[in-house]
Amino acid sequence: MADPRHVLVVGGSAAGLSTAEALRRFGFDGALTVLEAEPGPPYDRPPLSKQVLDGSWAPERAALFPAGRLARIGFRHLTGVRAVALDRRRRVVRTDVAGDITYDELVIATGAAPRRLAGDRLPGVHVLRTMTDALRLRDDLLGGGRLLVVGAGFVGLEVAASARRLGVPVTVVDPDPCALAGRLGSAVAGRLLALHAGHGVDLRLGAGVRRITRSGGRPDGLDLTDGTHLEGAAVLVAIGCRPVVDWVAGNGLDAGDGVGCDPRCQAAPGIWAVGDVARWHHDGFGRSMRIEHRQHATEQAQAVARNILGAGLAFTPTPYFWTDHFDVRVQVAGFVPAGATLRPVEGDIVQGRFVARAEHGGRVTGVVAWNSAKAFTAHRRLVPAFAGAARRPTSGNEEQS
Amino acid sequence: MKIRTERDSCISSGACVLEAPQVFDQDDDGVVVLLRESPAADAEDAARNAMMACPAAVITIDEDA
Repeated sequence: MADPRHVLVVGGSAAGLSTAEALRRFGFDGALTVLEAEPGPPYDRPPLSKQVLDGSWAPERAALFPAGRLARIGFRHLTGVRAVALDRRRRVVRTDVAGDITYDELVIATGAAPRRLAGDRLPGVHVLRTMTDALRLRDDLLGGGRLLVVGAGFVGLEVAASARRLGVPVTVVDPDPCALAGRLGSAVAGRLLALHAGHGVDLRLGAGVRRITRSGGRPDGLDLTDGTHLEGAAVLVAIGCRPVVDWVAGNGLDAGDGVGCDPRCQAAPGIWAVGDVARWHHDGFGRSMRIEHRQHATEQAQAVARNILGAGLAFTPTPYFWTDHFDVRVQVAGFVPAGATLRPVEGDIVQGRFVARAEHGGRVTGVVAWNSAKAFTAHRRLVPAFAGAARRPTSGNEEQS
Repeated sequence: MKIRTERDSCISSGACVLEAPQVFDQDDDGVVVLLRESPAADAEDAARNAMMACPAAVITIDEDA
């Protein structure tokens, strides 16, 4: 394929900007535009639930790239501009304030937005996705009063830890009595929850939220499905995200749960997806996946950039994430399902730091580490990697163009 | 090429070590350790890969230095 003349990236957070940077790195010298709905300089999301929320970092420190790195990419950066519609036939993206923008190759990098609860749109009820969300939540935490967290996932629990660091009382609610077991395995999930309990987090697992109660235009508690009422001054709804695909609707793209892509991360001729919004076929696992991890955004960005430039490679990563709680960092490569058998490689799974491999169905499916980052790097290759770079896709969209 | 790392913001993913073990290491807590501020010519591309792979963007490369 000849180099495209104009690549338009819609979404200017980690995945989108990394795609732009990788395109230049791999030799693309055509026109390059990145569109971002949020105004202001790009920032990174992992610090939002941690250092930005607990105040150990000023917001500026969460800048996505160090000063100068963005400028060196060489691209048109349109911030505060939202894509509202896609016209595939004319190869045009319609925007809210910058008119229509044509493209030769389109990269969909619009990420995901928090799922909401019915009746949660009032001051004092929060979600956490953007810098604005984080600063607003921080303001409420500094006001004192109990924080009620809906959802014992990584975001909910990282926020709970930050709130405790600020001295704020916290209750976390989740209908799943085995919260996080499907992500960390039962033993590590249980240890992480015990860590929270030991720091004074009130965990209420096994009951869902029936409704947010309110008085004077603010939340004042939660009614749970088991009849319990919890009192609090602020609520964080942390029940996961849904990919932002509304603007590509009606174009014949598969956008049921993110933008469906082939193994090369191509959704259709001239259209690619990257990051949280992309659901692509992982040839190694033999199924479609959508991954919201930070590391994934940069890895997939490089794969998409290479494939836009004609590499034709299947993207077959081993997923990786980290999560921080109090003085503990947990890292996972691969997958650690609830029923996995954990075998220590270093240390003790019950106490102290450790690295363990997870076995499930007779295979090593993942490696999990607890405060053992250096050892984790040495052992993460225990997870069998897929020979992605050598692999040709099992199916593709290129032939249709 | 001159490399800088911002150790205070490192989240110890080890991505840099996987990409460029001749340029980066980790201390006992997993925080990045820069082994060579100006790597050999045959390690420069690996260093660039490490910069792009870092999920906390703590690696800066000055290409003109």
